[in-house]
Amino acid sequence: MSTDTPAPASTPAERYVAAQRSDEFAGLRKALRGFVFPMTVAFFLWYALYVILSAYARGFMGTKLVGNINVALVFGLLQFVSTFLIAWLYSRHAERKLDPIADKIREELSGATDEQKTDEQKEEATS
Amino acid sequence: MSRDVLAGFTLAAEAGSSNTARTLTITLFLVFVAVTLAITIWASRQTKTATDYYAGGRSFSGFQNGMAIGGDYMSAASFLGIAGIIALYGYDGFLYSIGFLVAWLVALLLVAELLRNSGRYTMADVLAFRMRQKPVRTAAAVSTITVSIFYLLAQMVGAGALVALLLGIRPGTTFLGMDADAAKIATIIMVGALMIIYVTVGGMKGTTYVQIVKAFLLMSGALVMTILVLAHYKFNLSTLLGDAANASGKGSAFLEPGLRYGVEVAGDATKTFYNKVDLLSLGIALVLGTAGLPHILIRFYTVPTAKAARKSVLWAIGIIGTFYLFTLALGFGAAALVGREAITAQDAAGNTAAPQLAEALGVDFLGGDVGGAAMLAVIAAVAFATILAVVAGLTLASSSSLAHDFYANVIKGGQASERQEVNVARISALVIGAISIVLSIFAQNLNVAFLVALAFAVAASGNLPAILYSLFWKRFNTSGAVWAIYGGLISAVGLVFFSPVVSGAPTAMFPDNDWQWFPLSNPGIISIPIGFLCGWIGTIISKETDEEKYAELEVRSLTGAGAH
Repeated sequence: MSTDTPAPASTPAERYVAAQRSDEFAGLRKALRGFVFPMTVAFFLWYALYVILSAYARGFMGTKLVGNINVALVFGLLQFVSTFLIAWLYSRHAERKLDPIADKIREELSGATDEQKTDEQKEEATS
Repeated sequence: MSRDVLAGFTLAAEAGSSNTARTLTITLFLVFVAVTLAITIWASRQTKTATDYYAGGRSFSGFQNGMAIGGDYMSAASFLGIAGIIALYGYDGFLYSIGFLVAWLVALLLVAELLRNSGRYTMADVLAFRMRQKPVRTAAAVSTITVSIFYLLAQMVGAGALVALLLGIRPGTTFLGMDADAAKIATIIMVGALMIIYVTVGGMKGTTYVQIVKAFLLMSGALVMTILVLAHYKFNLSTLLGDAANASGKGSAFLEPGLRYGVEVAGDATKTFYNKVDLLSLGIALVLGTAGLPHILIRFYTVPTAKAARKSVLWAIGIIGTFYLFTLALGFGAAALVGREAITAQDAAGNTAAPQLAEALGVDFLGGDVGGAAMLAVIAAVAFATILAVVAGLTLASSSSLAHDFYANVIKGGQASERQEVNVARISALVIGAISIVLSIFAQNLNVAFLVALAFAVAASGNLPAILYSLFWKRFNTSGAVWAIYGGLISAVGLVFFSPVVSGAPTAMFPDNDWQWFPLSNPGIISIPIGFLCGWIGTIISKETDEEKYAELEVRSLTGAGAH
């Protein structure tokens, strides 16, 4: 587990700083934050709207649409739909835009530190 | 004496079926206990390292962990509580379901993967990553244990009350020589003993499998009941809703928000105003609390990679979301088929609505009293399993934090051996379990249902700001983390202490005392901004910054480099 093998003449801390300042990492950070921050704001406002309407717009929420099914029920079910949808969108975004860059940076770093750990090896590595 | 005779007399009519149900409930419950104990012993043989004990060897798949998250998260408050609120107050129970579900987006988008990549065993691993260890880990341990114990108390006291109801032990009757009060205490001790065994013997591996089994049972039970309710109404949701509304005596108001939360009090504008703000406050705490609950956060460490952590949350969202859709059918089904009177006769809070609905459905579909007894027994046993899996997760989270954060890193300065640390974790689980049993026995006749909402409020006010600042704000430092955690924790607990759920109201924990001045039952709308503000103030009044450590945290959390 030691790092005596041929490694660049830099400490782990310097390598992390170098990685953090790379354009590649800036791209990864942007791809992550550019998705999760606006999406968080969006679903929070959408949820807040639902709660606020439940508190202050009871007449509107009680409007019947079909039979006994009213706006409140449909609005509530739409919160389920939006949650499932955002989860799916995020997983697609992460697989396409985040994972490839993250994997590449991780491999570069672990190649440099000789700390290559596959999932199977992790169990032993931590003991 | 004459009272006993009378009670016996009124019960005589249903004694036959209730005895069958009781025997069957106990048998099924014992089967669940036997199976889970066998799993626990098997898991203990696989538990050799600290990673095995704290994180189940990080060997679970995304799907397994998703199931376990569901088992960890869907508590008696979700199953019996929400079904009960819908059964008695209609639509408002659904508000809870939605908050509990949407909350998972915070975990998915902002927390799960980054935490998995940069932490090891506890929430504090991430919070203390670039900070001074002792103050941050102490604060995190205090907050973890506080949140977990609040949650534990609510579950265990609830379990005590439930068992008496589900086994049909009413005031004046006895079971195995115990009256209702003795049966409550016996249940609390039994639940406590089992959770201590699951955690100390099986560690995270055993606890995870218990949660997976429970999630499977709960989902199956709820699915069957949902199908039967819908079948009863020929799969016409509108007819079910209409029938529920009629049976409730509230008409279409039963299908609209406002009977339970944000209640409009005629002629009292102030009260109406506070009730509505209280609803907003509850909604915010529910949605922001989940991603700060330590027993949920440590589940992300049980999978090998961040991708698997993402998959677990996706599965969890699917499982939990489906379950909350079921609760709609269960709640409205109970309102329509069991009826308000029959439910409140059993339990004023409506917690027995789901089991009572099971009984009614059994009578309807399986044929007569025996069918009813069988369904009641199955669902009652599922309810016990639900409680056990959740309390085990809470005990594990709090004892892990006590051992890994407080003992190993604060007291021993990071010098404890792995074996010492795990031993301390086991002893901590025993101690925390014992304390919870004692506290629950003292609290058994107090109204502590508010403690679940309080646990969410503390998690949202103290833990979440610290986690988010830690992961996303370069300038954040030790002082900020300590301020955020204590600021959020103290403001949430303090405001609730002076709120009408603790004193000064007939439904309060201490109804005979009155030191209430804070008008809301839910502190979130005040305490969550206080938590975030404290984190910011604490940060800017301290000069400490460590750009190198932040670079390491940021790179590791986003890429998984050097992950444990």
